[in-house]
Amino acid sequence: MSEHILAAFVPLVDCAVLVAAREKGFAREHGIDLSLVREPSWSSLRDHLNLGHVDCAHALAPLPIASALGVGHVEAEMLVPFVLNRGGNAITLATSLATEIERRSSQPPSPVDWAKGLSRALMLRNKPLTLAMVHAFSGHNFELRYWLAAGGVHPDRQVRIVAIPPPLMVESLAAGHVDGFCVGEPWNSLAVERGIGRIVATKSQLFPRGVEKVLAVRPTLATDRARLDALLKALSAAAAWVDAPSHREETAAILSRQEYLGVPAAVIACSLAGKLELGNGDALDDPDFLYFARHDASFPATHEALWIYAQMLRWGQLPARAELRERAADVFRPDLYIGALGPRATADAQVLGAFDRIEFSARGIDAYLDQFELYTPFVDTHSTP
Amino acid sequence: MHAKPLRVLIIDENAMRAAILEDGLREAGPLTIHHIRDTAELLPRIAAVDPDVILIDLENPSRDTLEQMFQVSRLAKRPIAMFVDQSDAATVQAAIDAGVSAYVVDGLKKERVKSILDVTISRFHAFDRLHTELSQVKSALEERRIIEQAKAILMRQKGLSEPDAYVLLRRTAMNQNRKIADLARALVAAAELLDGSTDE
Repeated sequence: MSEHILAAFVPLVDCAVLVAAREKGFAREHGIDLSLVREPSWSSLRDHLNLGHVDCAHALAPLPIASALGVGHVEAEMLVPFVLNRGGNAITLATSLATEIERRSSQPPSPVDWAKGLSRALMLRNKPLTLAMVHAFSGHNFELRYWLAAGGVHPDRQVRIVAIPPPLMVESLAAGHVDGFCVGEPWNSLAVERGIGRIVATKSQLFPRGVEKVLAVRPTLATDRARLDALLKALSAAAAWVDAPSHREETAAILSRQEYLGVPAAVIACSLAGKLELGNGDALDDPDFLYFARHDASFPATHEALWIYAQMLRWGQLPARAELRERAADVFRPDLYIGALGPRATADAQVLGAFDRIEFSARGIDAYLDQFELYTPFVDTHSTP
Repeated sequence: MHAKPLRVLIIDENAMRAAILEDGLREAGPLTIHHIRDTAELLPRIAAVDPDVILIDLENPSRDTLEQMFQVSRLAKRPIAMFVDQSDAATVQAAIDAGVSAYVVDGLKKERVKSILDVTISRFHAFDRLHTELSQVKSALEERRIIEQAKAILMRQKGLSEPDAYVLLRRTAMNQNRKIADLARALVAAAELLDGSTDE
């Protein structure tokens, strides 16, 4: 008899592994009847997951950590036994703004040059800039903030950062509500295709191999080990299938269907291949722009959870407390991954790199944070002023 | 000391649902009710209302925007999601089931919010029922229209009277184990196809 599992997702190219697990029969092969529910926003996905309306979800990596710590919303225990993808995000600026920045730079700008250029552009403007990301607890929020700060722009003092669900991003840029955004594919490429945006940095440039979406699982599913193991085996097989270049076109065709993304397959295929039009004739060709199985992509390493914890600390989302640090680390569950899929072949590096050459090590979070000039102190929002 | 009326903000693109909810809330007690329909420039508009309670459709995509604002904004009063206080699990579950999301200013007495939530939940359900009934009425009207068209075709092409055309439709539908409306739809579609081919 097959086990029914309900999973929620947000329409993005990186929901591919869950979709392939269902559509290509990997779930069925492992005795799982996998149903998928499309969510209009990350808040809605989180609520349905927290209250048990779904068993698991395609989640922003920081989201289950925020839930487990009870930050920003209800406290709900959540586990991450599997990483769904790495990379896949990009920062896009409105074409007019990008052109203005480019005019003042002598050479083709690097990602950090764009941020520095934005800092200069800010000084010359009398209108404030609004930049969007997808959720307070998202890799996008941290990527955008880190990138801005590297260019000398304080994300909480010099620009306004708002959250907009991915499918509404391009329209918001077109309507002039935002001047740029950080979002997952295909929404950057669609802005470029419409001529309204330029891609100025990708997650693969900023944080190579950075964790992006994870499988967030409710504890009830995690305690049913046979069921969880079967699901992880199915997802692992699906990830390997999606990762193979020969399956890109079919993956793109499936994802383009109305019930999933409802956008043209050609754009999705480019995102999967890491061949992106950046705007103004520039192009990216990076096979590791977005990937699902290679380089042990699916393994949820504890120090990656702590990298997220460190970003939350830097931007004042959390008070620095040893107890919170422990709980954040415990959300990622390499033991559950190994239990289902066996140990990994490669050794754990424990150090995470970034485009500014500042390395993160879980052993020295305080020393890591001390290297940044720009940060936001934590303010307890629930105490009355 | 009498408490000032609570300020309730309804964010809903559906004007009808908002009206039904507003109507219900008026009976729930002394409240000041505001409604925002489109969600452009949400932050200054929320700040202008300075609400104690925000009611919003659970599936409204603006919730991500709203929650982010509460994280960073320097609003005088910063509402928090009602689920943060988990002491009333039944109400939370009922709200989610009804598709309601509520944000409540921290420190507000639970009893004052409970009646607002109860009204909201029941009005959301009432709206759903109304919505279902409305679509049933719509489809009943559409069925009647299509059956009339099918009858007219039979009358014209087979020279039948109206009652005979209906009897023929009903008998054929019964024999084929189909709904009369489905058969009528097929008949009308076929007739359009044939008429179309003769036109060209």
